[in-house]
Amino acid sequence: MDKQTPAVSLRHITKAFGSKVVANKDVSMDIMRGEILALLGENGSGKTTLMNMLSGIYRQDSGVIYVDGNEVHITSPKDAFDLGIGMIHQHFKLVDVFTATENVALGMDKKTTGGAKEIAKAIADICDRYGFDIDPKQKVYNMTVSQKQTLEIVKTLYRGANILILDEPTAVLTPQETDKLFAVLRNMKADGKSIIIITHKLNEVLAISDRVAILRKGEFIGDVKTSEASVQSLTDMMVGAKVELDIERPLIEDRPLLLSVSHLTCLDKYGVKALDDVSFDAYGGEILGIAGISGSGQKQLLEAIAGLQKAEAGSSITYNDIEKGETEELIGKSVSEIKKMGVALSFVPEDRLGMGLVGTMGMSDNMMLRSYQKGSIIFTDRKTPRDLATKVKEELEVVTPNINTPVRKLSGGNVQKVLVGREIASDPKVLMAAYAVRGLDINTSYTIYRLLNEQKKKGSAVIYVGEDLDVLIALCDRIAVLCGGKLNGIVDGRTVTKEEVGLLMTHIDDSKKEDEA
Amino acid sequence: MATITKSTGKEPLFHIVRRTDMPIWKSWLIRILSVLASLIVCAVIIVLVTGDNPIQIYATMFKGSFGSPRRFWALLQGIAMLLCVSLALTPAFKMRFWNIGGEGQVLMGGLGATACMILFGNKLPAPVVLLLVIVVSILCGAIWGLIPAVFKAFWNTNETLFTLMMNYIAIQIVSYFTYIWSSNKGNNVINTINNDTHAGWLELPSSVDKYGYMLNVLIVAALTIMMYFYLKYSKQGYEISVVGESENTAKYAGINVKKVIIRTMIISGALCGVAGMLLVSGTDHTINPDTAGGRGFTAIMVSWLAKFNPLFMVVTSLLIVFMQKGAIEISTQFGLNSSFSDIITGIIIFFIIGSEFFINYKIQKRAKEVEA
Amino acid sequence: MVAAFIHRAIMQGIPLLFGATGEIVTEKSGNLNLGIPGVMYVGGISGVIGAFLYENSLADKSQANGFLAIMIPMLCCLLGSLIMGLIYSFLTTTLRANQNVTGLAITTFGVGLGNFFGGSLIKIVGADVPSITLSVTSKFFSASLPFASNLGWFGEIFLSYGFLAYLAIIIAIVTSLYLKKTRSGLNLRAVGENPATADAAGINVTRYKYVSTCVGSMIAGLGGLYYVMDYANGIWSNNAFGDRGWLAIALVIFTVWKPNFAIIGSIIFGGLYIVHNYLNQFFPFIPVDMSTQELIKMAPYVITVLVLIVNSMRRKRESQPPEALGLSYFREDR
Repeated sequence: MDKQTPAVSLRHITKAFGSKVVANKDVSMDIMRGEILALLGENGSGKTTLMNMLSGIYRQDSGVIYVDGNEVHITSPKDAFDLGIGMIHQHFKLVDVFTATENVALGMDKKTTGGAKEIAKAIADICDRYGFDIDPKQKVYNMTVSQKQTLEIVKTLYRGANILILDEPTAVLTPQETDKLFAVLRNMKADGKSIIIITHKLNEVLAISDRVAILRKGEFIGDVKTSEASVQSLTDMMVGAKVELDIERPLIEDRPLLLSVSHLTCLDKYGVKALDDVSFDAYGGEILGIAGISGSGQKQLLEAIAGLQKAEAGSSITYNDIEKGETEELIGKSVSEIKKMGVALSFVPEDRLGMGLVGTMGMSDNMMLRSYQKGSIIFTDRKTPRDLATKVKEELEVVTPNINTPVRKLSGGNVQKVLVGREIASDPKVLMAAYAVRGLDINTSYTIYRLLNEQKKKGSAVIYVGEDLDVLIALCDRIAVLCGGKLNGIVDGRTVTKEEVGLLMTHIDDSKKEDEA
Repeated sequence: MATITKSTGKEPLFHIVRRTDMPIWKSWLIRILSVLASLIVCAVIIVLVTGDNPIQIYATMFKGSFGSPRRFWALLQGIAMLLCVSLALTPAFKMRFWNIGGEGQVLMGGLGATACMILFGNKLPAPVVLLLVIVVSILCGAIWGLIPAVFKAFWNTNETLFTLMMNYIAIQIVSYFTYIWSSNKGNNVINTINNDTHAGWLELPSSVDKYGYMLNVLIVAALTIMMYFYLKYSKQGYEISVVGESENTAKYAGINVKKVIIRTMIISGALCGVAGMLLVSGTDHTINPDTAGGRGFTAIMVSWLAKFNPLFMVVTSLLIVFMQKGAIEISTQFGLNSSFSDIITGIIIFFIIGSEFFINYKIQKRAKEVEA
Repeated sequence: MVAAFIHRAIMQGIPLLFGATGEIVTEKSGNLNLGIPGVMYVGGISGVIGAFLYENSLADKSQANGFLAIMIPMLCCLLGSLIMGLIYSFLTTTLRANQNVTGLAITTFGVGLGNFFGGSLIKIVGADVPSITLSVTSKFFSASLPFASNLGWFGEIFLSYGFLAYLAIIIAIVTSLYLKKTRSGLNLRAVGENPATADAAGINVTRYKYVSTCVGSMIAGLGGLYYVMDYANGIWSNNAFGDRGWLAIALVIFTVWKPNFAIIGSIIFGGLYIVHNYLNQFFPFIPVDMSTQELIKMAPYVITVLVLIVNSMRRKRESQPPEALGLSYFREDR
């Protein structure tokens, strides 16, 4: 076979969702045979979308895909399989009550696979060849995340994949498991397979890949040989040149301590530490940014403060009630108990329609989601939320036919305005917002920044979890950077550079710990 | 570079997408059209079976329901009973708890009423018996609803299958007591209870209420309005909607999901108990294993067709009861079997549930999408 | 006497076994078909109509041809229940209607259909009793091996049934093997557990749902046929089939979705259905009357509820209902 023909070529691939969000814009790139390509980019840079087009989940709006030099039309995962392309998604596609063998056999013709014995043998062969270790008879629900991932890879290889795409494979793995995975990937490379690994962990990129391709905001920025790259150069390419944003950042002199988080440790649903001994303080009159690649523990952090996430022993979150002059422990309290204690806490969660709002209800009904219990009669107070809805609609210019239109029918920006509007209306002392401008247009984003600043000026402590470093640096007074569930430093938003934050996000340097500003 | 075009997949000619943008008037138009379509199909079947002209047939059906004051009151009673069970099931459905155990909960309520009437009928003053009847029947229904709810809340036991099984346990319990209390040993029939004293009878003086259905109708009318306000305006109703929509949102809002599940099923069961009481103490003054008459199942469809809105349920139960009574009228007139009404009910429901597809989804042509 | 009891228990259990096997096949695809009681009625009445037409086409009933007498009712039964399965599949799989509502509507419709045609036939015949008797065809259905009665208790327990009873057991075993051993069975189970994964693996989810629901309905329909043609000796009377359809659904839970367990389970349920008739003989010292009978008939349901509770508490993954049971699948709802 011609060594020069790329295994896969993408040419001028463009994909948009709806009319506003362009996920990939005119991307052209090649993947060679026998190489490991790292696809690097921040959250929302379009890496997964691009690869989903290769694996048949999405269809590109324009552009052409070539496999081994031939133009191909991939319309379903099955098409991708037939072309030897296999993708290992972050959410595994496995049937829990089936054994490894059964999962591998699924959907395949028995004439080609043979019975369970033949498949088990084929699995064993694949395992021997690449150094995997799985028990063909084990049920998936008994497997660890790492074993499930291994099974996904084996399944893909069994189906004859020559081009493997792994979407953030290390996000769910321990360091030891990551090492094992990398060893396997190297074996597969030696076998002539092409491997694309989607990631934003720089140290891993350097450790495993031959070449790095970088996407930023949906566009292909360029590629470099890994041997010629460094953490610094990759960070620069990934985050891009600093964009000056015209976001207001007033300095408030009076900054009382409102919230103390100390030694907070939480487990995720797999029992892995999502947060590991995190401690910081949040003050009134400031915006504390939380930076970190996605899944670094942001969700657990905010939910632990809100009373939605169980914390491990030794964790403490205290709220300083200045008016009462009391300090109250929030750990171990439920949402309603925290509310009853009079803690003025507002929370704009990441999942707007799945958690923050009720999609089938109108603005008016959504306004009382967190306050419907007020008053002693059994009926809800309808007037206050209606007035509030009208006020939010006018002040934040929410575009909706009327305040009773189900909010799921509104556009993303308007949904967020409803949610933020409600959370701000309760006059919070602590306001938490997760990815508050994700998917919003520029104007709405600026509205949200203005609202957050207004809260700050009122003396609230604002905790802002964000992904766009330009915004974090322009908006926040201080930025706490999470990396793999650990707090990797708190920096001053006025002086820090984008590269410094980028580095803290991706790289824990054990030698100079606690480099706090 | 090679230019062989390899098309591995067939692009389907059309594909189905979920829609959220249909105006309310249009969705109701579709539903009304589907009812009309089902009526036409029913008419065709009726003509095939009877060979008579369809207009004549519908006139007959009309006469079956509105032909005389007695028939009209019987229609109202039929609507009231079906509506009462539908109201009872609705809070559970809104919470996405599939309570298909209405039949059993109604029977247990009825059994509670029967027990009080039989055991205390001659021992306690009539008003006290009536009070006991009310309390015990509500309690029995509530317990029958509570049992599956507790297991759902704490162990996530499949409520559809659980409540379904509870129906047949209730039927057998009622069969047992029908035997125990049967008026003539062994004939398995309980004659009208307390026919002389009317102890435990829920009734208005016959001067006011000639056919004995008025009080039931009034009670259910009041319940309908109460349920409407409960679901729409009360805090508990609000909690039910939130839990039904998303458990995550409910937790975020500080709602105790387990508590809401259990509380709502107590209400659901209790209201079924009321229906059982109205049937036993308010209408039949006796009980048999068929007292609920399949209403526990029909009510599921009534409630679902009305989109869980108590006021619309008046219309859907009217439609179903009218068609049932009309079909019975036709079958008497033409000497058909009375099960004809079940066939008609089935067809109407098939059409209405099928029509929901056109409200929730739209069919797009592939080619069009590519152009756009 | 014990042999007689077991014999009757098996006779009672066979319709349940058909129903449960059919429902297991259906539920394995994620379709909770609560229309099974209706489907079984339709299966029964379709067979009755077929037998009725056949018997009436004969000039001389003693000339009945065994092959035709069996095949005509059986094909009618399969066709009738197939149509019911198709209605359910079209509404729930193609139109994605709610499965519970659709299933219950199918039951209302099917039971109505059964009683309506039953009633009509009874009227046509003009019988004095409210039933219709098809003894000519029935005797072909209930014919057992000629030497069974010579073999004492062994013959009575194992050999004394019509061919449909053996067919029920064979279908249950075949279904069990199909689900456990074949690739297609594996694919079917995947559809019921996780349709998105099945879809991604290239399995045609819609086709599997349709086929399993329709085949399941046909199997269940045979239960109705067996009941009227063999168990009831060809006598159809309205509502005689009773709650056996629901018992079949209970049996599915009781046997934790395993057709081979359903063979034993159906005999246990069948035994519980009739044990009151034998209690006096087995235990003369226990007074048994009609009321006790009703309580004993409750037992299958109580046991089923207990099985459901225990399984949900133990959280053993293999004993749970198919994970996607009752949910419609729509590819774009990821």
